[in-house]
Order: sequence, then C-alpha cells, then structure tokens
Amino acid sequence: MAMSETPRAASFRPLDVTETAPATAVSPAKPASRPVRRLPVQKDWPTWAIIATQVGILVGIIAAWEIAASTGLISAFFWSQPSAIWKTLIVFFTEGDAWTDIAFTFRSTIFGFLLGTSVGSLFGLSFWWSRNYAAIVQPFIICFESIPKLALAPLIILVFGLGLSSKVAIAFALTFVISTLTTYAGVKALDPDGEKLFYSLGASRWQVFRKLVVPFCLPWVISVLRVNIGLALTGAIVGEFIASQHGLGRAILYAGQTYDIALVWVAVLVLSTLAIIMYATISWLEGVLRKGTRQ
Amino acid sequence: MPVKVHLDRIGVAFTTPTGVFRAVEPLDLSIETGRFVSLVGPSGCGKSTLFNVIAGLLPPTEGRVLIDGEDATGTIGRVGYMLQKDLLLPWRTVLDNVILGMEVQGKPIKAARERALPLLQKYGLAGFEHLYPNSLSGGMRQRAALLRTLLFDTDVILLDEPFGALDAQTKLQMQEWLMQLWSDFRKTVVFVTHDVEEAIFLSDEIHVMGTRPGRILETIEIAIPRPRPRSVAMTPEFIAIKERCFKLLTQPAMQEAA
Repeated sequence: MAMSETPRAASFRPLDVTETAPATAVSPAKPASRPVRRLPVQKDWPTWAIIATQVGILVGIIAAWEIAASTGLISAFFWSQPSAIWKTLIVFFTEGDAWTDIAFTFRSTIFGFLLGTSVGSLFGLSFWWSRNYAAIVQPFIICFESIPKLALAPLIILVFGLGLSSKVAIAFALTFVISTLTTYAGVKALDPDGEKLFYSLGASRWQVFRKLVVPFCLPWVISVLRVNIGLALTGAIVGEFIASQHGLGRAILYAGQTYDIALVWVAVLVLSTLAIIMYATISWLEGVLRKGTRQ
Repeated sequence: MPVKVHLDRIGVAFTTPTGVFRAVEPLDLSIETGRFVSLVGPSGCGKSTLFNVIAGLLPPTEGRVLIDGEDATGTIGRVGYMLQKDLLLPWRTVLDNVILGMEVQGKPIKAARERALPLLQKYGLAGFEHLYPNSLSGGMRQRAALLRTLLFDTDVILLDEPFGALDAQTKLQMQEWLMQLWSDFRKTVVFVTHDVEEAIFLSDEIHVMGTRPGRILETIEIAIPRPRPRSVAMTPEFIAIKERCFKLLTQPAMQEAA
C-alpha cells in the first residue's frame, strides 16, 4: 500500500522486492516461489479391463478391414478380407496340406534349434580347456558371425538338397554362432578363484569342467534359448522360400505367386500360432531350468 | 612337537614389464603339528602368495615346501585352503557345498553327506543344510566354507582372512566358533589376517611380515594359556604383544618417511 508508492530509487525496504535484485538477497519475508507439483500417479486397470480393451481393438480392426474390403475402400484382391480368409483357413485344414506343412516346418525348426544350440554351447564350453585354442579360433567365429547367414541359404540348399536337411542346416547356421558366443561369454565370466578352490582340493581338469564350468555356464546357455527358437524358425522359413516341397514358407510363397492372398494370410496366421506355441514352451522350459540352476 | 609344514628358502618373484617384482624374499618357516599360527602383515607382504605356494597353486621361484618332511612343492590337494571369498557354489545346497572336497577326492556322495550332516548340525548350521547359499548371511556362508575346508580331511588348513569381510560382532562370534572347531579337530592351522588383536587372541605364534619385498620381520610366541576369555585382551601381556606388533608393522613406513 503505502510502501508500494514509495519511489523506487529510495526503496531498500524488505517488502519491496519487485524490481531490485539486492533487495531479494536481504529479504527473509517472501520465499522464492516454487512450482507446486504432485507425484504423478497412474492407476492400474484391472486385468479384465485390459483384456477387454485388447479384444475390442482386435475386433475393431477385423471389422474395419471387412467393411473396407466389401465397400471397395481397399482392394479385396490385394488385401483379401477376413471372411474370405476364414473360409480359406477351413479349406486349408480340411482339404489342403495344413498338417503336412506344419509338421515339416516344425520339424526343421526343432532339429535346427536343438542341433545349433547344443553344438554351439558345447563349442563355447570347449574354449575353457585351452586359452591358446580359444585365441586361435575366436577370429574365425567373429568372421562367421558377421556373415549374414541367410545370404548363404542358396548355397546350403544346393549342398543339402530340397528336403528337410537343408532347412535344418540354415536354422543351425543361424543359431549355432549365437550359442557359441554366449556360452563363451559365460566361460570368460568364470571367477578364477573358483577354479583355484577346486584345484586346492586336488581336482582334475575334467572335475573342474563338470562340477564348476558347466553348471556355471548353464544360465548363459539358457539365456539364448528363446532367441534361438525364433532364429531357427526364420531359418526354416527362408529355406522353404528358396526351394522346398513342403512347409508353411512354401505355402506362403506358392499362394503369393498364384495371387491367392487369402491363403497367404492363412499361412502367416498358422505360422504365427506355431511360433507363439514354441516360444511359450521354451519360456516355460527356461523357467524350469533357471529354477534348477538357482540363478 | 614334530614339524608339519616347513618352507625351505621359499622365494617368489614375478616378472613384470617394469622389471622383476620380489613378492617374497627367500624365507624359512617351520610350523609344528597341531599349532595355530598366524601371519600378520600389511597388504602386499606376500601372505596370500605364500598360501598359494603351500597349496601348490603357485610354483615358487626358489625353495621347497615340505609337508611331513616330504617334498610337496607344486602338488595340489595336500592342504585345506580357504580363500578370502567363501566361493560357495550357488547351484548346490549348503550340505552339497560342504562335501565338495570329499566328492572331488572320489568319496561316494551318500557317504560324504552322512559324514557332513551331523557336523553341520553340531557347528551352527542346523536348519540350513538343505538351503542354497544365497539365502545365508555372511557369517553362515563363512561357516559353511570353513566346514568345507575342514571336511577335506587334511592335517593342515590354510585360512586366508576368513573373517575379513564380516562385521565386528559376527567376527567375534566366528573367532569363538573357530576356537571350538580347532580344539575339536586338532588341525594345524595357518591363519592370515590384518587384524593384530584377532591374531593374538587366536594364535600360538605370530609371524609379523613386512613389505617390499615380502619377508618375516619377527616371530612372536603367544604364551597366554587357553581357553582365553575375551577379557584377555585387557591383560598387560596381551597389550605388550599388541604394542610390539604395531611397532613392527609401522616400522617400514617410518623408514620410508625418514
């Protein structure tokens, strides 16, 4: 009131802090204003609400697709439509080669996965035995890792033929290196004092390997299982794309070449289901194994 | 008492890019059967190096290790060796960790477990036998590691700062516990520690070590009768030994300063 009317030049009074900086320094009366902010709180929806929303979105997309295709908004020839896909799906399973194709792709994936993971892990573990051997071999592995393995697929098909073995070989090539490198990382993480303990007990190298190195590296081996199952499936499909008599990859390629877009979607759908089932199984297996190794 | 372990002119040197590093100056050391002997010294005085040599994990540059008068240089599995870390295997239960030494020596697992189980129960690990190490406290893990070393069934055990990482309270308990084990098992113990008071309380004799190069400065007999109550730390005898040790341990630093 009265104070605010005093001329500025004369004002060094505590309350008049509007303009002059020096006055702020000596002013205990009015604290510097800070923005008042509350902790952001996010309320979690119940699970049913989350699932209901997800189902809603899915139904919405399918409905929009169906309507857009039947009204001519998008070309039903190139995009197909859900009703046609559904009909093709039933035909594929009742009259087509659905089960043969699924079995073929499944087998090449699983064989490639098992072979690549186990041989790769054993190879990685083998580096524990000799530092010289590890040093010699390592650059070759890095080289092999840097090659895009899928680029080798045509060559692998030529060598292994049109059948199952060429698909297994491609899946193997994709999974092998990852397993080797990851397991080798486990070997390198081994605490030298652990080995010292074993040797102080008079252990042989084989005992150290079996009782220390292998169980210690198991978590590393397990950690690549999920990655490898996906890679093995990719390898099998690419093999089928290039040349094959059977398999879901071949079904997709064949359907695309004959402009049977609905069949492309059906094969992709079946393939995704297969991938999800295998992925879920491996995740479960991983959980069981992790519990077993206490990591 | 007969000599159990004898170090005959043991010297260790490492070749480094900057020259030869003398970790341990050639030294003689005799350890009599059934005694509790401590090595006390600052970091870098070669205590752990000596242990590695005795355990056969590091070949000495010169000299020999004699166990029971027999040349044991460079042979493993002759003595029990407990490293600073407990090194319990996380994928094994406490019981299966403790029998590791017997297992490595080829004893059937079942027999080994039968032998270990009552000892775990007697020495403070009752109820923990079938748990995994990650659910144990630091003191309990140390107990398991020590029992693993004892059950390896060698006459000599080497303990490298077993209580170094424990809190003061737990450390005192563990010292009492170790004394009980020692009097029950009658092993020859070589103990490494930074803690002078711990060494005096536990030992029959102390070797005070110095650095650069690692060497034994002086050997002190601890004639305090056993069992030793905690209050022994207040006696003039104990304090005199402690003062002597501190004087020896601070000596090199004073020389360097001068």
